[in-house]
Amino acid sequence: MAPTLAVFKLASCDGCQLTLLDCEDELLALAGEVDITHFLEASSAVAPGPYDLSLVEGSVTTAEDAERIRAIRAASRHLVTIGACATAGGIQALRNFADVDEYRRVVYAHPEYVATLATSTPVSAHVDVDFELRGCPIDRRQLIEVITAFLAGRKPDVPDHSVCFECKRRGTVCVTVAHGTPCLGPVTHAGCGALCPAYHRGCFGCFGPSGSVNLPALIPLLRRDGLDEDAVERFLHTFNAAAFDKIDKE
Amino acid sequence: MTATAAPAVLDRDGLNALVAALVAQGRTVVGPTVRDGAIVLAELSSADALPFGWGVELDAGRYRLVRREDGAAFAHSAGPQSWKNFLHPARERLWSADRTPEGDVSFTADEPETPSYAFLGVRPCDLRAIAIQDRVLAGGRYEDTGYGRRRSGAFLIAAECTEPGATCFCVSTGGGPAADPGYDLALTEMDGRFLVRVGSEEGAELLERVPHRPAGPDLEASARSAVDAARDHMGRSLPPVDLRTLMGASLDAERWDDVAARCLTCGNCTMVCPTCFCTTTEEVTDLTGDHTERWQRWDSCFDLDFSYLHGGPVRASARGRYRQWLTHKLSTWHDQFGTSGCVGCGRCVVWCPAGIDITEEVAALDAERTALGTETD
Repeated sequence: MAPTLAVFKLASCDGCQLTLLDCEDELLALAGEVDITHFLEASSAVAPGPYDLSLVEGSVTTAEDAERIRAIRAASRHLVTIGACATAGGIQALRNFADVDEYRRVVYAHPEYVATLATSTPVSAHVDVDFELRGCPIDRRQLIEVITAFLAGRKPDVPDHSVCFECKRRGTVCVTVAHGTPCLGPVTHAGCGALCPAYHRGCFGCFGPSGSVNLPALIPLLRRDGLDEDAVERFLHTFNAAAFDKIDKE
Repeated sequence: MTATAAPAVLDRDGLNALVAALVAQGRTVVGPTVRDGAIVLAELSSADALPFGWGVELDAGRYRLVRREDGAAFAHSAGPQSWKNFLHPARERLWSADRTPEGDVSFTADEPETPSYAFLGVRPCDLRAIAIQDRVLAGGRYEDTGYGRRRSGAFLIAAECTEPGATCFCVSTGGGPAADPGYDLALTEMDGRFLVRVGSEEGAELLERVPHRPAGPDLEASARSAVDAARDHMGRSLPPVDLRTLMGASLDAERWDDVAARCLTCGNCTMVCPTCFCTTTEEVTDLTGDHTERWQRWDSCFDLDFSYLHGGPVRASARGRYRQWLTHKLSTWHDQFGTSGCVGCGRCVVWCPAGIDITEEVAALDAERTALGTETD
């Protein structure tokens, strides 16, 4: 019997799970190898667990999320988080640095209707995770690699090094060195194929910190390249704000 | 060797004809050209794509393209790539294997059609870098067959240096701005003309096919003196000490902590280095598990995974990784391959986003050693 695959979401935009549907060339082969039994973006027909492989996007921002992720974990033999929300808390983790009640009052006409936790936390803060796939959104090829590795019973080939590796491999001219463009590439986890620098933009850090980060060495370079103190903070406070912040405090 | 073994001179039309002749031979001509605000190496369809009128301003961690009044094509220093991007590419498939429904497995070695390269504008430092990679990748018992295939057919046209960059230090690595043997043709650009020296039979044959004139003794002498003068205009230098001994004696130096505080461990230095050769392999399976491929891709001693053994990376600290890179490059490379691994091209200085300067680091290590009262000469 084919292994079962399930897809779940917590607080997220659905972009990462849609990446699975974007795997157009591989979808038929995938359907031949796994039995997709829970994937609401694709079908309203769902089967109960247990699931051999669960892909989870989104962060934990409500008490219900925290309960759900425990139930998902209990129903999953392997649990893989997909994307910046599930692995680092996502953009919504900006609340971790502010007063969530104040946010709620400013944004909602009836804040009393909104029940939310004070923080947005990654799945790994609540349950054991077998593998964390980075990105905002995740990379299609890496997703297929993770599923393929699961099917073969091997470790996924998802390098932990910096985006610079990918720039150099694809022959992109360094935007920092040649143009003085602020770039998070030297501290950001590879995986996107160095997309932004190939279009003359600095890396935005969508994949979060790489396996070897030296933020105190990077920040003076961002300042040198024209970012003031606030701009540096904003640069680091996006989709992986909580993950970069954690490293900054280490 | 034919009569053209005596130096010849090409004008711009001659250079055009030279590239056209190589293209007509079916060669993939690769040379410098302007793209994305830098002088990169890319396939050239004609000599018109050369960076006529462009120069560069270089500093540690900084590269800027600048206009030149003189229209020179080769008056720029090493850019973000080197010839290893073509001879030792970033990613290459080695073999693939297939499993039949009956369970039989067959392996297929990957032997793609190899481009017949002609490299135009190979700097003397890069010529030395190619010779080093020849020893590393094709000179030992286990040849990198892909490298061997690409390298053996490559036609090399050197461009000597008359204007070293601010980050150049080839002289202090034992090299210089003049091309050593190993080229097929060597050019020296002199006011829009190109003095050509022949280095191989194949080079002589090609030169015969393009319009050229014999170079008079005056041009030859002025080209020689321009290249000689360039020796004294290196922007940087390594300290004149025995670097093997210095590195070997500096394993516990405090300077490693200093540089580790600035090092991003991003790996850029190793990837722009024309001699760094390390690779890893990746096994790619498809979803069915019936087809698998082995790919070789560039790796770097700055990658934590590079030294991953059972339980974790051996060189977890930035200090350990930077020290490994520099010590291998300048010291243990001799033990392995009989030469230094540094040709003084300056790429690691320019393309380090943090501007870490190898010459400055070595000088600091030397100063620390000297301060300890154990000079390493």
